[in-house]
Amino acid sequence: MRPLTEEETKVMFEKLSKYIGENIKLLVDRPDGTYCFRLHQDRVYYMSEKILKLATNFSRDKLISVGTCFGKFTKTTKFRLHVTALDFLAPYAKFKVWVKPGAEQSFLYGNHVLKSGLGRITENTMQYQGVVVYSMADVPLGFGVAAKSTQECRRVDPMSIVVFHQADVGEFIRNEDTLT
Amino acid sequence: MRTSGCCPRPGSTLPCFSGFARGELSVQKMAASSVEELLAKAEQEEAEKLKSITVQKELDLDFDLGNLLACDKNRIETRDFREQKKEDFLRSLARDNTQLLINEIWKLPTERVEEVIVAKLPEPTTRLPREKPPLKPRPPTKWEQFAKLKGIQKKKKTNLVWDETAKEWKRRWGYKRANDDTKEWLIEVPETADPNEDQFAKRVKAKKERVAKNEFNRLKNIARAQKVKTPGVGLVPKAQQSRNELAKAVSVAKVSTASVGRFQDDLPKEKPPKNSGKRRKFDPLIGDFSSEKQKQLDLLKTMGSKKPRLDITKAVNQQMREEDKEEAAAKRRKGGGKRGRKGNMTGKGKAGKAGGGGKAGKAGGGGKRRGKPGKK
Repeated sequence: MRPLTEEETKVMFEKLSKYIGENIKLLVDRPDGTYCFRLHQDRVYYMSEKILKLATNFSRDKLISVGTCFGKFTKTTKFRLHVTALDFLAPYAKFKVWVKPGAEQSFLYGNHVLKSGLGRITENTMQYQGVVVYSMADVPLGFGVAAKSTQECRRVDPMSIVVFHQADVGEFIRNEDTLT
Repeated sequence: MRTSGCCPRPGSTLPCFSGFARGELSVQKMAASSVEELLAKAEQEEAEKLKSITVQKELDLDFDLGNLLACDKNRIETRDFREQKKEDFLRSLARDNTQLLINEIWKLPTERVEEVIVAKLPEPTTRLPREKPPLKPRPPTKWEQFAKLKGIQKKKKTNLVWDETAKEWKRRWGYKRANDDTKEWLIEVPETADPNEDQFAKRVKAKKERVAKNEFNRLKNIARAQKVKTPGVGLVPKAQQSRNELAKAVSVAKVSTASVGRFQDDLPKEKPPKNSGKRRKFDPLIGDFSSEKQKQLDLLKTMGSKKPRLDITKAVNQQMREEDKEEAAAKRRKGGGKRGRKGNMTGKGKAGKAGGGGKAGKAGGGGKRRGKPGKK
Protein backbone atom coordinates (compact mmCIF):
# COMPACT_ATOMS: atom_id res chain seq x y z
CA MET A 1 0.00 0.00 0.00
CA ARG A 2 1.28 3.45 -0.85
CA PRO A 3 -0.01 6.93 -1.55
CA LEU A 4 -0.69 7.75 -5.16
CA THR A 5 1.89 9.62 -7.13
CA GLU A 6 1.04 12.97 -8.64
CA GLU A 7 0.36 11.46 -12.04
CA GLU A 8 -1.79 8.70 -10.67
CA THR A 9 -3.78 11.17 -8.63
CA LYS A 10 -4.31 13.28 -11.69
CA VAL A 11 -5.48 10.37 -13.81
CA MET A 12 -7.85 9.24 -11.11
CA PHE A 13 -9.24 12.70 -10.45
CA GLU A 14 -9.81 13.25 -14.13
CA LYS A 15 -11.90 10.12 -14.27
CA LEU A 16 -13.77 10.96 -11.07
CA SER A 17 -14.45 14.49 -12.24
CA LYS A 18 -16.38 13.11 -15.18
CA TYR A 19 -19.00 11.99 -12.70
CA ILE A 20 -18.85 14.37 -9.77
CA GLY A 21 -17.01 17.38 -11.18
CA GLU A 22 -15.42 19.61 -8.61
CA ASN A 23 -17.21 17.71 -5.85
CA ILE A 24 -14.01 15.65 -5.52
CA LYS A 25 -13.01 18.40 -3.13
CA LEU A 26 -15.65 17.12 -0.74
CA LEU A 27 -14.07 13.68 -0.81
CA VAL A 28 -10.55 15.01 -0.23
CA ASP A 29 -11.42 17.58 2.36
CA ARG A 30 -13.93 16.11 4.72
CA PRO A 31 -15.08 17.73 7.93
CA ASP A 32 -15.65 14.41 9.69
CA GLY A 33 -12.04 13.22 9.66
CA THR A 34 -9.02 12.68 7.49
CA TYR A 35 -9.66 10.53 4.46
CA CYS A 36 -7.14 9.51 1.87
CA PHE A 37 -6.58 7.50 -1.29
CA ARG A 38 -4.13 4.64 -1.20
CA LEU A 39 -2.89 2.36 -3.93
CA HIS A 40 -2.74 -1.34 -3.18
CA GLN A 41 -2.12 -3.92 -5.88
CA ASP A 42 -3.06 -1.47 -8.63
CA ARG A 43 -6.35 -0.69 -6.94
CA VAL A 44 -7.19 2.63 -5.37
CA TYR A 45 -8.82 2.49 -1.97
CA TYR A 46 -10.46 5.35 -0.18
CA MET A 47 -10.29 5.12 3.56
CA SER A 48 -10.08 7.07 6.73
CA GLU A 49 -6.76 7.65 8.40
CA LYS A 50 -7.85 5.48 11.28
CA ILE A 51 -8.56 2.47 9.09
CA LEU A 52 -5.30 3.04 7.23
CA LYS A 53 -3.33 2.85 10.43
CA LEU A 54 -5.07 -0.36 11.40
CA ALA A 55 -4.44 -1.82 7.96
CA THR A 56 -0.69 -1.28 8.24
CA ASN A 57 -0.61 -4.28 10.55
CA PHE A 58 -1.24 -6.59 7.62
CA SER A 59 1.43 -7.67 5.21
CA ARG A 60 1.01 -6.73 1.61
CA ASP A 61 0.13 -10.16 0.30
CA LYS A 62 -2.37 -10.86 3.06
CA LEU A 63 -4.28 -7.61 2.67
CA ILE A 64 -7.14 -8.08 0.24
CA SER A 65 -9.09 -4.90 0.68
CA VAL A 66 -9.24 -1.88 2.93
CA GLY A 67 -11.75 0.93 2.95
CA THR A 68 -13.66 1.40 -0.28
CA CYS A 69 -12.20 0.34 -3.59
CA PHE A 70 -12.69 3.16 -6.11
CA GLY A 71 -11.25 1.35 -9.07
CA LYS A 72 -8.05 0.13 -10.54
CA PHE A 73 -5.24 1.23 -12.75
CA THR A 74 -4.94 -0.77 -15.91
CA LYS A 75 -1.59 -1.89 -17.21
CA THR A 76 -1.66 1.06 -19.57
CA THR A 77 -2.07 3.30 -16.49
CA LYS A 78 -5.61 4.28 -17.23
CA PHE A 79 -8.01 4.40 -14.35
CA ARG A 80 -11.14 2.29 -14.33
CA LEU A 81 -13.90 2.93 -11.83
CA HIS A 82 -15.50 0.01 -10.05
CA VAL A 83 -19.08 -0.22 -8.93
CA THR A 84 -17.89 -0.12 -5.33
CA ALA A 85 -17.26 3.59 -5.84
CA LEU A 86 -20.96 4.15 -6.43
CA ASP A 87 -21.57 4.98 -2.78
CA PHE A 88 -19.36 8.02 -3.17
CA LEU A 89 -20.34 8.96 -6.70
CA ALA A 90 -24.12 8.88 -6.21
CA PRO A 91 -24.47 11.63 -3.59
CA TYR A 92 -22.25 14.04 -5.51
CA ALA A 93 -23.29 13.16 -9.04
CA LYS A 94 -23.77 16.15 -11.30
CA PHE A 95 -25.56 14.38 -14.09
CA LYS A 96 -28.13 11.74 -13.47
CA VAL A 97 -30.25 9.41 -15.48
CA TRP A 98 -33.38 7.73 -14.18
CA VAL A 99 -34.44 4.46 -15.75
CA LYS A 100 -37.98 3.18 -15.92
CA PRO A 101 -38.85 0.20 -13.71
CA GLY A 102 -39.15 -2.04 -16.76
CA ALA A 103 -35.61 -1.27 -17.91
CA GLU A 104 -34.04 -1.56 -14.48
CA GLN A 105 -33.42 -5.27 -14.75
CA SER A 106 -31.87 -5.01 -18.16
CA PHE A 107 -29.44 -2.40 -16.88
CA LEU A 108 -28.62 -4.49 -13.82
CA TYR A 109 -27.72 -7.37 -16.12
CA GLY A 110 -25.07 -5.22 -17.71
CA ASN A 111 -26.88 -3.82 -20.72
CA HIS A 112 -26.85 -0.28 -21.99
CA VAL A 113 -29.82 1.95 -21.30
CA LEU A 114 -32.06 2.37 -24.34
CA LYS A 115 -34.19 5.37 -25.07
CA SER A 116 -37.28 3.28 -24.31
CA GLY A 117 -36.03 2.68 -20.77
CA LEU A 118 -35.07 6.26 -20.11
CA GLY A 119 -37.26 7.84 -17.44
CA ARG A 120 -35.62 11.19 -16.90
CA ILE A 121 -32.29 12.78 -17.60
CA THR A 122 -30.57 15.80 -16.16
CA GLU A 123 -30.87 18.88 -18.31
CA ASN A 124 -27.69 19.98 -20.13
CA THR A 125 -26.12 16.54 -20.18
CA MET A 126 -23.51 16.51 -22.88
CA GLN A 127 -22.57 13.60 -25.03
CA TYR A 128 -20.04 11.27 -23.38
CA GLN A 129 -20.66 12.85 -20.01
CA GLY A 130 -20.35 10.48 -17.06
CA VAL A 131 -23.76 9.92 -15.49
CA VAL A 132 -25.05 8.06 -12.48
CA VAL A 133 -28.02 5.83 -13.18
CA TYR A 134 -30.92 5.80 -10.74
CA SER A 135 -34.13 3.88 -10.56
CA MET A 136 -37.32 5.93 -10.57
CA ALA A 137 -37.39 5.49 -6.78
CA ASP A 138 -34.03 7.34 -6.63
CA VAL A 139 -32.00 4.27 -5.80
CA PRO A 140 -28.57 4.46 -7.42
CA LEU A 141 -28.12 1.47 -9.73
CA GLY A 142 -24.78 2.18 -11.33
CA PHE A 143 -23.10 4.56 -13.67
CA GLY A 144 -22.32 4.97 -17.29
CA VAL A 145 -21.59 7.43 -20.05
CA ALA A 146 -24.21 9.40 -21.87
CA ALA A 147 -24.31 8.24 -25.47
CA LYS A 148 -26.40 11.21 -26.52
CA SER A 149 -26.81 14.66 -25.20
CA THR A 150 -30.11 15.58 -23.58
CA GLN A 151 -31.18 17.41 -26.70
CA GLU A 152 -30.45 14.49 -28.95
CA CYS A 153 -32.13 12.08 -26.53
CA ARG A 154 -35.46 13.67 -27.26
CA ARG A 155 -35.21 13.02 -30.94
CA VAL A 156 -33.72 9.55 -31.25
CA ASP A 157 -35.80 6.43 -31.81
CA PRO A 158 -36.72 4.29 -28.80
CA MET A 159 -34.31 1.45 -29.54
CA SER A 160 -31.15 3.55 -29.67
CA ILE A 161 -28.69 3.56 -26.81
CA VAL A 162 -28.85 6.55 -24.54
CA VAL A 163 -26.41 5.59 -21.77
CA PHE A 164 -23.44 3.29 -22.19
CA HIS A 165 -23.23 0.88 -19.31
CA GLN A 166 -20.09 1.03 -17.23
CA ALA A 167 -20.90 -0.45 -13.85
CA ASP A 168 -24.02 -1.54 -12.05
CA VAL A 169 -24.85 -2.99 -8.68
CA GLY A 170 -25.53 -6.36 -10.30
CA GLU A 171 -21.77 -6.73 -10.44
CA PHE A 172 -21.75 -7.29 -6.72
CA ILE A 173 -23.19 -10.69 -7.58
CA ARG A 174 -21.76 -11.24 -11.06
CA ASN A 175 -18.18 -10.29 -10.21
CA GLU A 176 -18.27 -11.28 -6.61
CA ASP A 177 -14.86 -12.92 -6.69
CA THR A 178 -12.97 -10.06 -8.30
CA LEU A 179 -14.57 -7.06 -6.62
CA THR A 180 -12.75 -5.98 -3.54
CA MET B 1 27.33 -67.85 27.55
CA ARG B 2 23.83 -68.45 28.73
CA THR B 3 23.78 -69.68 32.27
CA SER B 4 20.16 -69.31 33.19
CA GLY B 5 18.27 -72.24 34.72
CA CYS B 6 20.76 -73.41 37.35
CA CYS B 7 18.92 -71.64 40.15
CA PRO B 8 15.37 -72.17 41.40
CA ARG B 9 12.83 -69.83 40.09
CA PRO B 10 11.32 -67.26 42.44
CA GLY B 11 8.04 -69.12 42.24
CA SER B 12 9.48 -72.10 44.10
CA THR B 13 10.50 -70.06 47.10
CA LEU B 14 7.17 -68.46 47.54
CA PRO B 15 5.73 -70.99 50.03
CA CYS B 16 8.37 -69.87 52.58
CA PHE B 17 6.52 -66.65 53.01
CA SER B 18 3.51 -68.49 54.34
CA GLY B 19 5.46 -69.55 57.46
CA PHE B 20 6.31 -66.03 58.38
CA ALA B 21 5.04 -65.87 61.97
CA ARG B 22 5.83 -69.41 63.17
CA GLY B 23 8.92 -68.76 65.32
CA GLU B 24 12.73 -68.95 65.00
CA LEU B 25 12.85 -71.70 62.45
CA SER B 26 10.69 -69.82 60.15
CA VAL B 27 12.89 -66.74 60.57
CA GLN B 28 15.99 -68.73 59.57
CA LYS B 29 14.15 -70.16 56.65
CA MET B 30 13.06 -66.77 55.60
CA ALA B 31 16.62 -65.48 55.63
CA ALA B 32 17.74 -68.37 53.44
CA SER B 33 14.85 -67.90 51.06
CA SER B 34 15.49 -64.21 50.66
CA VAL B 35 19.08 -64.94 49.63
CA GLU B 36 17.84 -67.43 47.09
CA GLU B 37 15.33 -64.99 45.85
CA LEU B 38 17.89 -62.30 45.36
CA LEU B 39 20.13 -64.66 43.47
CA ALA B 40 17.25 -65.72 41.29
CA LYS B 41 16.39 -62.15 40.54
CA ALA B 42 19.93 -61.36 39.56
CA GLU B 43 19.95 -64.44 37.34
CA GLN B 44 16.84 -63.35 35.60
CA GLU B 45 18.16 -59.90 34.96
CA GLU B 46 21.30 -61.40 33.53
CA ALA B 47 19.26 -63.63 31.27
CA GLU B 48 17.20 -60.77 30.03
CA LYS B 49 20.28 -58.87 29.10
CA LEU B 50 21.60 -61.76 27.06
CA LYS B 51 18.54 -62.49 25.03
CA SER B 52 18.68 -65.14 22.45
CA ILE B 53 20.24 -64.33 19.16
CA THR B 54 17.65 -66.39 17.35
CA VAL B 55 14.47 -64.58 16.49
CA GLN B 56 11.38 -66.29 15.18
CA LYS B 57 9.56 -64.54 12.35
CA GLU B 58 6.71 -65.76 10.20
CA LEU B 59 8.10 -64.18 7.10
CA ASP B 60 11.78 -63.71 6.49
CA LEU B 61 13.06 -60.18 6.36
CA ASP B 62 14.35 -58.59 3.17
CA PHE B 63 17.92 -57.54 3.57
CA ASP B 64 19.93 -55.00 1.66
CA LEU B 65 23.22 -55.25 3.42
CA GLY B 66 24.91 -52.71 1.23
CA ASN B 67 22.67 -50.07 2.75
CA LEU B 68 22.49 -51.87 6.13
CA LEU B 69 18.77 -52.10 5.52
CA ALA B 70 16.24 -54.70 6.61
CA CYS B 71 12.56 -54.63 5.72
CA ASP B 72 10.15 -56.44 7.98
CA LYS B 73 7.04 -57.50 6.08
CA ASN B 74 5.36 -59.21 9.01
CA ARG B 75 2.09 -57.87 10.17
CA ILE B 76 2.04 -56.07 13.44
CA GLU B 77 -0.58 -57.58 15.68
CA THR B 78 -2.66 -54.64 16.72
CA ARG B 79 -3.76 -56.55 19.79
CA ASP B 80 -0.16 -56.99 20.92
CA PHE B 81 0.50 -53.41 20.16
CA ARG B 82 -2.36 -52.30 22.35
CA GLU B 83 -1.88 -54.73 25.21
CA GLN B 84 1.75 -54.04 25.80
CA LYS B 85 3.12 -50.69 26.42
CA LYS B 86 3.59 -49.22 23.01
CA GLU B 87 7.12 -48.06 23.65
CA ASP B 88 8.18 -51.45 24.93
CA PHE B 89 6.59 -53.23 22.03
CA LEU B 90 8.30 -51.06 19.48
CA ARG B 91 11.61 -51.33 21.27
CA SER B 92 11.49 -55.11 21.36
CA LEU B 93 10.47 -55.23 17.71
CA ALA B 94 13.34 -52.99 16.75
CA ARG B 95 15.70 -55.04 18.86
CA ASP B 96 14.64 -58.29 17.19
CA ASN B 97 14.96 -56.90 13.71
CA THR B 98 18.34 -55.38 14.44
CA GLN B 99 19.41 -58.76 15.78
CA LEU B 100 18.40 -60.36 12.51
CA LEU B 101 20.29 -57.75 10.53
CA ILE B 102 23.40 -58.28 12.60
CA ASN B 103 23.08 -62.04 12.24
CA GLU B 104 23.03 -61.50 8.51
CA ILE B 105 26.11 -59.32 8.67
CA TRP B 106 27.92 -62.04 10.60
CA LYS B 107 27.26 -64.40 7.72
CA LEU B 108 29.40 -62.26 5.45
CA PRO B 109 33.08 -63.03 5.09
CA THR B 110 34.98 -61.17 7.81
CA GLU B 111 38.57 -60.37 8.38
CA ARG B 112 40.60 -58.89 11.15
CA VAL B 113 42.13 -55.52 10.55
CA GLU B 114 44.12 -54.06 13.44
CA GLU B 115 42.30 -56.02 16.15
CA VAL B 116 38.92 -55.15 14.69
CA ILE B 117 36.65 -57.57 12.91
CA VAL B 118 35.54 -56.08 9.63
CA ALA B 119 32.89 -57.43 7.27
CA LYS B 120 32.87 -56.55 3.61
CA LEU B 121 29.43 -55.31 2.65
CA PRO B 122 28.03 -56.25 -0.75
CA GLU B 123 26.82 -53.71 -3.30
CA PRO B 124 23.58 -51.99 -2.24
CA THR B 125 20.53 -53.24 -4.11
CA THR B 126 17.96 -50.63 -3.09
CA ARG B 127 18.08 -47.66 -5.41
CA LEU B 128 18.08 -44.45 -3.43
CA PRO B 129 17.01 -41.16 -4.99
CA ARG B 130 19.81 -38.70 -5.48
CA GLU B 131 20.19 -36.02 -2.88
CA LYS B 132 20.42 -33.01 -5.18
CA PRO B 133 18.50 -32.34 -8.39
CA PRO B 134 20.37 -33.19 -11.57
CA LEU B 135 22.53 -30.42 -12.97
CA LYS B 136 20.99 -28.14 -15.52
CA PRO B 137 22.78 -27.95 -18.85
CA ARG B 138 25.13 -25.01 -19.09
CA PRO B 139 23.55 -22.13 -20.98
CA PRO B 140 25.16 -21.71 -24.39
CA THR B 141 27.79 -19.06 -24.86
CA LYS B 142 27.33 -16.23 -27.29
CA TRP B 143 29.42 -18.05 -29.87
CA GLU B 144 27.47 -21.27 -29.43
CA GLN B 145 24.24 -19.35 -29.94
CA PHE B 146 25.62 -17.76 -33.08
CA ALA B 147 27.00 -21.03 -34.39
CA LYS B 148 23.67 -22.71 -33.89
CA LEU B 149 21.91 -19.90 -35.69
CA LYS B 150 24.29 -20.11 -38.63
CA GLY B 151 24.53 -23.88 -38.58
CA ILE B 152 28.26 -23.87 -37.98
CA GLN B 153 29.53 -27.20 -36.79
CA LYS B 154 32.72 -27.99 -34.99
CA LYS B 155 35.32 -29.73 -37.15
CA LYS B 156 37.79 -32.01 -35.52
CA LYS B 157 41.36 -31.05 -36.40
CA THR B 158 44.30 -33.35 -36.10
CA ASN B 159 46.58 -32.67 -33.19
CA LEU B 160 49.81 -33.07 -35.14
CA VAL B 161 50.76 -30.93 -38.13
CA TRP B 162 53.67 -31.28 -40.52
CA ASP B 163 56.25 -28.57 -39.95
CA GLU B 164 57.88 -27.73 -43.24
CA THR B 165 60.98 -26.05 -41.82
CA ALA B 166 61.73 -28.55 -39.09
CA LYS B 167 60.73 -31.47 -41.34
CA GLU B 168 58.81 -33.24 -38.60
CA TRP B 169 55.35 -33.63 -37.11
CA LYS B 170 54.64 -31.10 -34.42
CA ARG B 171 51.69 -30.12 -32.29
CA ARG B 172 49.26 -27.63 -33.77
CA TRP B 173 49.14 -25.43 -30.64
CA GLY B 174 51.17 -24.72 -27.55
CA TYR B 175 54.75 -25.26 -26.64
CA LYS B 176 56.99 -26.44 -29.51
CA ARG B 177 54.18 -25.96 -31.96
CA ALA B 178 54.50 -26.21 -35.68
CA ASN B 179 55.03 -23.04 -37.73
CA ASP B 180 55.57 -20.96 -34.61
CA ASP B 181 55.59 -17.32 -35.66
CA THR B 182 56.90 -16.12 -32.31
CA LYS B 183 60.14 -17.92 -32.94
CA GLU B 184 60.85 -16.08 -36.17
CA TRP B 185 64.01 -14.06 -36.02
CA LEU B 186 63.12 -11.88 -38.97
CA ILE B 187 59.88 -10.25 -40.04
CA GLU B 188 59.39 -8.57 -43.35
CA VAL B 189 58.18 -4.99 -42.95
CA PRO B 190 55.02 -4.54 -45.01
CA GLU B 191 55.18 -1.86 -47.63
CA THR B 192 52.32 0.12 -46.16
CA ALA B 193 53.68 -0.04 -42.60
CA ASP B 194 55.75 2.59 -40.88
CA PRO B 195 59.42 1.50 -41.33
CA ASN B 196 60.33 2.54 -37.80
CA GLU B 197 57.59 0.46 -36.21
CA ASP B 198 58.74 -2.59 -34.27
CA GLN B 199 56.98 -5.48 -35.96
CA PHE B 200 57.84 -7.89 -33.15
CA ALA B 201 56.32 -5.64 -30.52
CA LYS B 202 53.29 -5.18 -32.70
CA ARG B 203 52.73 -8.90 -32.86
CA VAL B 204 53.08 -9.31 -29.12
CA LYS B 205 50.67 -6.50 -28.50
CA ALA B 206 48.12 -7.91 -30.91
CA LYS B 207 48.33 -11.27 -29.18
CA LYS B 208 47.85 -9.71 -25.78
CA GLU B 209 44.79 -7.85 -26.96
CA ARG B 210 43.29 -11.00 -28.40
CA VAL B 211 43.81 -12.77 -25.10
CA ALA B 212 42.28 -9.91 -23.19
CA LYS B 213 39.29 -9.80 -25.48
CA ASN B 214 38.80 -13.52 -25.13
CA GLU B 215 38.95 -13.27 -21.38
CA PHE B 216 36.44 -10.45 -21.43
CA ASN B 217 34.07 -12.49 -23.56
CA ARG B 218 34.48 -15.45 -21.26
CA LEU B 219 33.49 -13.34 -18.28
CA LYS B 220 30.55 -11.94 -20.18
CA ASN B 221 29.38 -15.46 -20.96
CA ILE B 222 29.59 -16.39 -17.29
CA ALA B 223 27.66 -13.29 -16.32
CA ARG B 224 25.01 -14.04 -18.89
CA ALA B 225 24.74 -17.63 -17.75
CA GLN B 226 24.21 -16.57 -14.15
CA LYS B 227 21.91 -13.73 -15.13
CA VAL B 228 24.09 -11.17 -13.42
CA LYS B 229 23.87 -7.72 -14.82
CA THR B 230 27.22 -6.61 -16.06
CA PRO B 231 28.01 -2.98 -15.58
CA GLY B 232 28.01 -1.14 -18.85
CA VAL B 233 31.41 -0.66 -20.28
CA GLY B 234 31.83 3.05 -20.54
CA LEU B 235 34.83 3.34 -22.72
CA VAL B 236 36.02 0.61 -24.96
CA PRO B 237 39.00 1.83 -26.89
CA LYS B 238 38.08 2.16 -30.51
CA ALA B 239 39.58 3.71 -33.58
CA GLN B 240 36.49 5.76 -34.35
CA GLN B 241 33.89 6.53 -31.71
CA SER B 242 30.38 7.16 -32.83
CA ARG B 243 28.27 10.05 -31.58
CA ASN B 244 26.38 7.86 -29.15
CA GLU B 245 29.53 6.29 -27.85
CA LEU B 246 31.03 9.67 -27.21
CA ALA B 247 27.95 10.81 -25.35
CA LYS B 248 28.10 7.66 -23.27
CA ALA B 249 31.76 8.22 -22.56
CA VAL B 250 31.03 11.72 -21.34
CA SER B 251 28.28 10.55 -19.02
CA VAL B 252 30.51 7.81 -17.62
CA ALA B 253 33.39 10.20 -17.12
CA LYS B 254 31.13 12.60 -15.34
CA VAL B 255 30.16 10.20 -12.59
CA SER B 256 33.67 8.77 -12.30
CA THR B 257 34.71 11.10 -9.53
CA ALA B 258 35.13 10.48 -5.84
CA SER B 259 31.75 12.05 -5.18
CA VAL B 260 30.03 10.16 -8.03
CA GLY B 261 29.69 13.30 -10.07
CA ARG B 262 27.70 15.22 -7.50
CA PHE B 263 29.76 18.38 -7.81
CA GLN B 264 30.32 18.14 -11.51
CA ASP B 265 29.11 21.14 -13.45
CA ASP B 266 27.15 20.73 -16.64
CA LEU B 267 28.68 21.76 -19.89
CA PRO B 268 26.85 24.49 -21.76
CA LYS B 269 23.93 23.00 -23.69
CA GLU B 270 24.58 19.58 -22.25
CA LYS B 271 21.66 17.22 -22.43
CA PRO B 272 20.83 14.91 -19.54
CA PRO B 273 22.11 11.38 -20.15
CA LYS B 274 19.62 9.05 -21.71
CA ASN B 275 18.59 5.77 -20.14
CA SER B 276 20.12 6.64 -16.82
CA GLY B 277 18.63 4.68 -13.97
CA LYS B 278 15.63 6.30 -12.41
CA ARG B 279 14.55 5.52 -8.92
CA ARG B 280 10.90 5.34 -8.05
CA LYS B 281 10.26 7.27 -4.92
CA PHE B 282 6.97 7.22 -3.15
CA ASP B 283 5.65 9.23 -0.27
CA PRO B 284 5.48 7.40 3.05
CA LEU B 285 2.30 5.44 3.64
CA ILE B 286 1.49 7.34 6.79
CA GLY B 287 3.02 10.72 6.29
CA ASP B 288 1.74 14.23 6.53
CA PHE B 289 -1.96 13.93 5.79
CA SER B 290 -2.61 17.65 5.68
CA SER B 291 0.09 18.28 3.08
CA GLU B 292 -1.16 15.34 1.06
CA LYS B 293 -4.64 16.83 1.15
CA GLN B 294 -3.31 20.25 0.21
CA LYS B 295 -1.43 18.77 -2.74
CA GLN B 296 -4.58 17.11 -3.99
CA LEU B 297 -6.61 20.28 -3.59
CA ASP B 298 -3.98 22.23 -5.51
CA LEU B 299 -4.09 19.63 -8.22
CA LEU B 300 -7.85 19.98 -8.40
CA LYS B 301 -7.50 23.72 -8.70
CA THR B 302 -5.11 23.47 -11.63
CA MET B 303 -7.25 20.82 -13.26
CA GLY B 304 -10.29 23.06 -13.04
CA SER B 305 -8.50 26.08 -14.44
CA LYS B 306 -7.36 24.27 -17.52
CA LYS B 307 -10.88 23.59 -18.70
CA PRO B 308 -11.91 25.82 -21.58
CA ARG B 309 -14.22 28.59 -20.57
CA LEU B 310 -16.46 28.16 -23.55
CA ASP B 311 -17.61 24.62 -24.07
CA ILE B 312 -18.66 24.59 -27.67
CA THR B 313 -21.00 21.63 -27.50
CA LYS B 314 -22.63 23.01 -24.43
CA ALA B 315 -22.99 26.42 -26.00
CA VAL B 316 -24.51 24.96 -29.14
CA ASN B 317 -26.89 22.86 -27.07
CA GLN B 318 -27.91 25.87 -25.10
CA GLN B 319 -28.47 27.81 -28.27
CA MET B 320 -30.54 25.00 -29.72
CA ARG B 321 -32.64 24.76 -26.58
CA GLU B 322 -33.30 28.47 -26.49
CA GLU B 323 -34.35 28.45 -30.07
CA ASP B 324 -36.62 25.50 -29.36
CA LYS B 325 -38.25 27.36 -26.53
CA GLU B 326 -38.75 30.48 -28.54
CA GLU B 327 -40.17 28.55 -31.39
CA ALA B 328 -42.59 26.84 -29.08
CA ALA B 329 -43.54 30.12 -27.48
CA ALA B 330 -44.04 31.70 -30.88
CA LYS B 331 -46.26 28.85 -31.95
CA ARG B 332 -48.42 29.26 -28.89
CA ARG B 333 -48.86 32.93 -29.58
CA LYS B 334 -49.58 32.25 -33.24
CA GLY B 335 -48.24 35.70 -34.02
CA GLY B 336 -46.98 36.02 -37.59
CA GLY B 337 -45.41 39.46 -37.39
CA LYS B 338 -43.94 39.03 -33.95
CA ARG B 339 -42.36 35.80 -34.94
CA GLY B 340 -40.40 37.44 -37.70
CA ARG B 341 -39.15 40.13 -35.40
CA LYS B 342 -38.07 37.65 -32.81
CA GLY B 343 -36.22 35.63 -35.37
CA ASN B 344 -34.23 38.67 -36.28
CA MET B 345 -33.28 39.31 -32.70
CA THR B 346 -32.19 35.83 -31.77
CA GLY B 347 -30.71 34.62 -34.98
CA LYS B 348 -27.36 36.32 -34.76
CA GLY B 349 -25.94 36.30 -38.24
CA LYS B 350 -25.99 33.57 -40.83
CA ALA B 351 -25.49 30.65 -38.46
CA GLY B 352 -28.67 31.42 -36.60
CA LYS B 353 -30.66 31.60 -39.79
CA ALA B 354 -29.21 28.36 -41.06
CA GLY B 355 -30.13 26.70 -37.79
CA GLY B 356 -33.62 28.03 -38.09
CA GLY B 357 -33.97 26.44 -41.48
CA GLY B 358 -32.97 23.10 -40.09
CA LYS B 359 -35.40 23.35 -37.30
CA ALA B 360 -38.37 23.74 -39.51
CA GLY B 361 -38.14 20.06 -40.44
CA LYS B 362 -38.07 18.88 -36.89
CA ALA B 363 -40.82 21.06 -35.69
CA GLY B 364 -43.32 18.19 -35.96
CA GLY B 365 -42.13 16.67 -32.66
CA GLY B 366 -42.30 19.97 -30.86
CA GLY B 367 -45.46 19.19 -28.99
CA LYS B 368 -44.11 16.03 -27.52
CA ARG B 369 -40.87 17.59 -26.59
CA ARG B 370 -42.34 20.36 -24.66
CA GLY B 371 -43.36 18.06 -21.87
CA LYS B 372 -39.89 16.80 -21.16
CA PRO B 373 -37.85 19.85 -20.34
CA GLY B 374 -40.20 20.47 -17.46
CA LYS B 375 -39.29 17.12 -15.95
CA LYS B 376 -35.66 17.97 -16.03
